[in-house]
Amino acid sequence: MANSTAESTMRLEVFRYEPDKAAEPRFQTYEVPFRKDWVVLDALNHIKDQSDGSLSFRWSCRMGVCGSCGMMINGVPKLSCAAFLRDYYPNTIRVEPLSHFPVLRDLVFQLDPFLDKLKSVQPWIIRREGEKPVSEGEYLQTPAQHARFKDFSMCINCMLCYAACPVVGMEPHFLGPAAIALAQRYNLDSRDEGRDQRQETVASHDGIWQCTFIGECSAVCPKHVDPAGAIQQAKVESTIDWFKEVLWPFGGRKS
Amino acid sequence: MDSHEHDVLIIGGGGAGLRAAIELGENFPKLRVAVLSKVYPMRSHTVSAEGGAAAVIKSNDSLDKHAYDTVSGSDWLGDQDAIEAFVKEAPTEMLRMEHWGCPWSREPGGQVAVRPFGGMAIERTWFAADKTGFHMLHTLYQTSLKNPNTKWYDEWFATKLLVEDGRCQGAAAMEMLTGQMHAILARSVILCTGGAGRIFPFTTNGAIKTGDGMGLAYRAGVPIKDMEFVQYHPTGLPGTGILITEASRGEGGILVNKDGYRYLQDYGLGPLDPWPRLRAMELGPRDKLSQAFVHEDEKGRTIKGPYGSVVHLDLRHLGEAKINKKLPFVRELSKNYAGIDPVYEPIPVRPVIHYCMGGIDTDIHGATTLPGLFAAGECACVSLNGANRLGSNSLTELLVFGRRAARSAAEFATAHQGLATEPLKKQANDEQQRIATQFIRKQGGNERVANIRQEMNHTMESGAGIYRKEESLRATCNTLAKLKERFKNLSLDDRSVSFNTELITSLELEFMLELAQALAHSALARKESRGSHQRTDFVKRDDQNYLKHSMAFRTDGEPRIGYKDVVITRWPPGERVYGK
Amino acid sequence: MKPYIRPMPATWWLKRTPYLIFMLRELTAVFVGAYAVIFLVMIRRLNEGQAAYESFMASLRSPLAILFHVVALMFAVFHTVTWFHLTPKAMAVRIGEERVKPAMLIVPNYLAWAAISAIVAWFILG
Repeated sequence: MANSTAESTMRLEVFRYEPDKAAEPRFQTYEVPFRKDWVVLDALNHIKDQSDGSLSFRWSCRMGVCGSCGMMINGVPKLSCAAFLRDYYPNTIRVEPLSHFPVLRDLVFQLDPFLDKLKSVQPWIIRREGEKPVSEGEYLQTPAQHARFKDFSMCINCMLCYAACPVVGMEPHFLGPAAIALAQRYNLDSRDEGRDQRQETVASHDGIWQCTFIGECSAVCPKHVDPAGAIQQAKVESTIDWFKEVLWPFGGRKS
Repeated sequence: MDSHEHDVLIIGGGGAGLRAAIELGENFPKLRVAVLSKVYPMRSHTVSAEGGAAAVIKSNDSLDKHAYDTVSGSDWLGDQDAIEAFVKEAPTEMLRMEHWGCPWSREPGGQVAVRPFGGMAIERTWFAADKTGFHMLHTLYQTSLKNPNTKWYDEWFATKLLVEDGRCQGAAAMEMLTGQMHAILARSVILCTGGAGRIFPFTTNGAIKTGDGMGLAYRAGVPIKDMEFVQYHPTGLPGTGILITEASRGEGGILVNKDGYRYLQDYGLGPLDPWPRLRAMELGPRDKLSQAFVHEDEKGRTIKGPYGSVVHLDLRHLGEAKINKKLPFVRELSKNYAGIDPVYEPIPVRPVIHYCMGGIDTDIHGATTLPGLFAAGECACVSLNGANRLGSNSLTELLVFGRRAARSAAEFATAHQGLATEPLKKQANDEQQRIATQFIRKQGGNERVANIRQEMNHTMESGAGIYRKEESLRATCNTLAKLKERFKNLSLDDRSVSFNTELITSLELEFMLELAQALAHSALARKESRGSHQRTDFVKRDDQNYLKHSMAFRTDGEPRIGYKDVVITRWPPGERVYGK
Repeated sequence: MKPYIRPMPATWWLKRTPYLIFMLRELTAVFVGAYAVIFLVMIRRLNEGQAAYESFMASLRSPLAILFHVVALMFAVFHTVTWFHLTPKAMAVRIGEERVKPAMLIVPNYLAWAAISAIVAWFILG
């Protein structure tokens, strides 16, 4: 409905699910002003503020670091605070909750199973003999050692990778990209000694071996974590472990 | 009414809340601990902090120097006993974070690196690239998961503290998913709910910074201290208010006006060279930098942009390699949200609301005046930061006072075993009825949440912004009173119970209106200029009458403002000198 | 409070190009496998004597057989190319702090492929 004298507008077609009112979801179309520096989140807030307060969605930082606002924007998982209206104008934008998660209400989805998966990889520093006392100062870690796990530590838990991964959609028990990348973050941290403990979960059938290397997780990741890389690297390492075990069954510690 | 029983209830799952949870899990394993948050903890606003966390570590630094920088930065309104305890515990806390895996940026030899920051005489700001808050929050959250006994109430909204027998014994909280109210009973409660930047229109703060915990304490009779002191961060993006970290200046970035002139030298922060230089020019304290912007704007020397006036933060001379290494997030944010690449163009910036120095009155152990209620982090006012906070002190504050409040709460919980279950459940029931009547089943009414909120934002910025005076403050106080009346006429579109976010934003606005009043009235009563509270009608600092904390107490009408002396130990009030 | 579960359609891989390309990549395994079977059959016919071998080679010249081989070759090349481009992901090679550019890991694969193909061609074509 672009009008050269009045403000330009565009349309959002938004997934609605209001369990108090109806058992089935529906789509609702809204018309919003088009501003060239607006993101989809701005448009949703405009709708909520001015015309339909019942539209529910999660958001907070609006700068791509809290991970709250992940949604399917025209079928692609994106942070709604990073999806600019100008990239879609004048076409209608379809907004849906992230795929592969149960929907609780409108664009709000159930994410507790994801947190369980994160917890299952023991995402904390594990040391065989406990932490050294703080009086001994910091563990030394060179910039090169830090670089080994740096990318994997950038995950904001936005779950776009889970929405992009068809395996997650088909196999609900698959650990998934973010959880495995987080496990690798700790495995590769020079201060951690817990890789063996994590292997049972990570190198299992529901762990890295469910992955068929589609690679879309890394493609949609807004923080360039490269979870696909984490998973394939873990596969290589686990395979080497297996060979070592077969060839040197009574040998020393695994790496 | 469903009720649950715990020993310690932590409301708020950000840096302070998670540090408290870890302290309790590690050192008080017998206590039953719960963390209740209106968002999943990794969404807490700690995540957006960028620059760093201060703690003395270099051999040429000392606790006294850190303390003095903080005392003078606070314009002598900080309580010096709190500051001394803080600087002493800071290095231990930061080392603990390192042991827990926080990926601090390093020197080539592997030691933790530090960077210069505003108002600090020696470099002592630990940093994790320019995403320090993000790394700290995720380290704390992941470490807190080690303890399988912590109970997590994720996406639960506390609407009222439960007080009985003069003690805080828990909170009435709504499970957002179902809309059902529950009585969460606890032998002690720690509020770690953050600040209230969303009272203002332009802020670095995310949506969730609505001061809920301050409001909870305020309504329970606890005074809100020094609320008039709100910090404008000098370099936020225009329009969105997105934060461009002080670290960009720490690494050598400069601020110039429309003539390309480094204007800060005109405001007592010069001379220009050498640069970078600590406590000088662009590394001066935030209040002075934000005030300088206002003066430049009045002189017509700022640059007019689509979202008002800006100045330019120029990083070009740092070079692409340094920007990618030390300020990669700044580059990403500038490109995405300001449409410029700081390697090639200066970033348009302006002061935006960032931090509340004020908050729930606590002592240096995190205890409030209400027995059983404790507070830590931005929602608390110890006071560590006085009239102006130095950058990178608040991330460390979360750790030091999160731990202190946890220990105090643990001690209290152990000593006070009884819980008045039935009266508390009744209170929670009454609260459920109040919300149902006031919002869900409300008939009539014609006001929208967003409209009242926007008018509150507007009056706060115009009357209680960087520079204030009697007329503007009075006008704001009157407007706020009217908005509170109009709030009674609110009519929600959403009358459902399952995940009703419009109800949540209404409850948040209800808290914000009260805190805005506390702010405006405290500002009106303080007839001096100090730190971030600047009055054009009272331009000087008045230690004779106002070397005191403002204490706002809630009444059914306007807040009652009282005063409390500042604790001075070793640094008698002096002049704040920067630049030399 | 009833969460709504959205079923995953069987045609999920038609919804977006990256998924379609992935399925084609997986499909290459069928053609590579089929070609391996044909190769084994050829060895067997060779073993069964001149007549059997020549009859088998004649059948390979039928239009259908040629079409199969063209398609199989395309899929095999696609298989190889996608494999090469995925290798840098599985190996995090660093020099100091910096990650080696993916091209540095991909190009040697192509060079080795060209070299080995040249050697095989020299053997067969004389």
